[in-house]
Amino acid sequence: MTSENIIPLVMPKWGLSMKEGKLTAWHVEEGQVISPGQEIMDVETDKIANAVEAADGGPLRRRIGKLGEVYRVKALLGVLAPPEVSDAAIDEYVAGFRVPAASDEGEEDEGPIYLYAETPSGRLRYAERPGQGDPVIFIHGFGGDLNNWLFNIDAVTGSGSVYALDLPGHGGSTKAIAKPGLEALADAVQQFMAAKGLENAQLVAHSMGGAVAALVALRDNRLVKALTLIDTAGLGDEINSSYIDGFVAAESRRDLKPVVQLLFANADLVTRTMLDDLLKYKRLDGVHDALRGLAASMFREGRQTTVLAERLAKSSIPIQLVWGAKDAIIPVAHAKALPNARVEIVAEAGHMTQMEAAGLVNELIRAQAAH
Amino acid sequence: MARKLSMKDAINEAVDQEMTRDPTVIMMGEDIVGGAGASGEEDAWGGVLGVTKGLYAKHRNQMIDTPLSESAYVGAAIGAAACGLRPIAELMFVDFIGVCLDQVYNQAAKFRYMFGGKAETPLVIRAMCGAGFRAAAQHSQMLTPIFTHIPGLKVVCPSNAYDTKGLLIQSIRDNDPVIFLEHKNLYGHMSDVPEESYTIPFGEANVVREGKHATIVTYGQTVHRSVDAAAALTKDGVECEVIDLRTLSPIDWGTVIESVEKTGRLICVDEANPRCSIATDVSAHVAQEAFKALKGPIMMVTAPHTPVPFSPALEDIYIPTADAIASAVRKSMVR
Repeated sequence: MTSENIIPLVMPKWGLSMKEGKLTAWHVEEGQVISPGQEIMDVETDKIANAVEAADGGPLRRRIGKLGEVYRVKALLGVLAPPEVSDAAIDEYVAGFRVPAASDEGEEDEGPIYLYAETPSGRLRYAERPGQGDPVIFIHGFGGDLNNWLFNIDAVTGSGSVYALDLPGHGGSTKAIAKPGLEALADAVQQFMAAKGLENAQLVAHSMGGAVAALVALRDNRLVKALTLIDTAGLGDEINSSYIDGFVAAESRRDLKPVVQLLFANADLVTRTMLDDLLKYKRLDGVHDALRGLAASMFREGRQTTVLAERLAKSSIPIQLVWGAKDAIIPVAHAKALPNARVEIVAEAGHMTQMEAAGLVNELIRAQAAH
Repeated sequence: MARKLSMKDAINEAVDQEMTRDPTVIMMGEDIVGGAGASGEEDAWGGVLGVTKGLYAKHRNQMIDTPLSESAYVGAAIGAAACGLRPIAELMFVDFIGVCLDQVYNQAAKFRYMFGGKAETPLVIRAMCGAGFRAAAQHSQMLTPIFTHIPGLKVVCPSNAYDTKGLLIQSIRDNDPVIFLEHKNLYGHMSDVPEESYTIPFGEANVVREGKHATIVTYGQTVHRSVDAAAALTKDGVECEVIDLRTLSPIDWGTVIESVEKTGRLICVDEANPRCSIATDVSAHVAQEAFKALKGPIMMVTAPHTPVPFSPALEDIYIPTADAIASAVRKSMVR
């Protein structure tokens, strides 16, 4: 037998800076048949810990990764192969496996990680995974950026092209927002879509980004084929103002940690590096003003100022709502606001459902794209 | 922010962006323009190691080459600061502070206090510091303790390009005199640096590495050596926390005490001479505030009480090495 039937399981690459990861658990035994999307192991990086989903299916013939060991990105952790492949062939495959060189020195070989689009709202940063078919566009929430989708971007590639965008005031995009508010953010998304020639897209949006995506869909239904809104704003007026105010005000790791922990059902997911990255963002010139302006406009006096539920309920655009049952920022009860939406409540997730239940969210996005 | 920048280029970018943002930001120093007025001035060298290269072409009214008189131009910068500009005086080597110390510690450092809080002195004195550059005893000292001794001065000594840009912008925007010390051996050190301007607040240490067995407190060049030592010690199952103080005045006691309360062991690594140094300061403070947390002796790893040697072989062992740091960690763990 040749090695053509052999599929390697490798250390995933989550986000730009990941160089290596520690294998912390195996969820499958040798001999077990794995299906695509199944959670097969847990990996921890200096930024975050998460389950790894199988990209391919088949019998797990070999577990190579050892618990507690650190492996480079794309290092071989296991081998899938049908029964007719001999043990000798697998041994030979394992012995001959080389970690692809691209993951060593990284960026240059893999093309630019971040791209920029010039729009009337200013320079917008985005990531792109090319593909054929209707696009998927990820839109993050308040204080977030495109890296909030690090478990999702690559998992939903395969059909249409995939984009993840930094809204104005966020990530690597312009920090200047002339009139901070929902309208300005929706303008920027539409300008980005126009600049890239995108329409008929599935918008996958989180929290404040959900309200932005919904407004874009309501303004121009040619642009949007479907909405997947995760722990979204815009469906009711309640919001945890101590989170919003705390995030805007926090100036140190110590101030920021308890605030960011509110986002997750599992507070241990908040690592030192995650807080450092957030502080680095918050310390950029213009960020404080942008966040304060957006909060004042959209979350005034502890309430959401724009509720789009009524208009969305009348819309013909397919909508799915995904919500963490333990969301401490926007109440999960808001998921009831749209009788026309498909609703998925995730028991063990907080406000960052796309990170805490990445596998399920990716499946829902793929299903929505296939419609 | 996938862009990597050297510490030297981070300094240049910080000054460039602040000069663009605020026309009252000026820089004075010896040869910081280099060849101004001569043909080809836009390609001028830009300081002894080229740190300010290109700034004159962009900011002609904000870059001033001075005569070789530190006492004159540092004094002029302090006066300009008191009168509304935001000067950066480049002292080339911090070792030259001696001839202008009166202006610094008797004047700039005391204006706010002696004028009843009504005077501000938004001054930055940038200077190269530290050993390992084969520059001999008069151009290699780590004089941080001389400045931390003086109330009214803020003292910064970054270890990487990211911190350098953020702390230098913070220094320029700060309304008090700041001594900004750049380790010349780190000028080529690269890290991810955002293109946009940003600030890092004073008095916030950076926990470079987390660990539960011992706390290494340091700053500047020895941060990297401490990280190397910590990496080597993991082979023995010892996990060190490495704290980069980043600013020495103000100093982040909270982070240091919190860490020692967790680990119970403290190793202070300082490139300055051993008497009355940052290492002795941190050691004394921890002994007083967290004595009950200590499980072993506080160790200090410092340069010896000698001038910096010119002999390369001697200079190499003058600066605390990763081996010396690792061995101090082991000693702190012996009961």
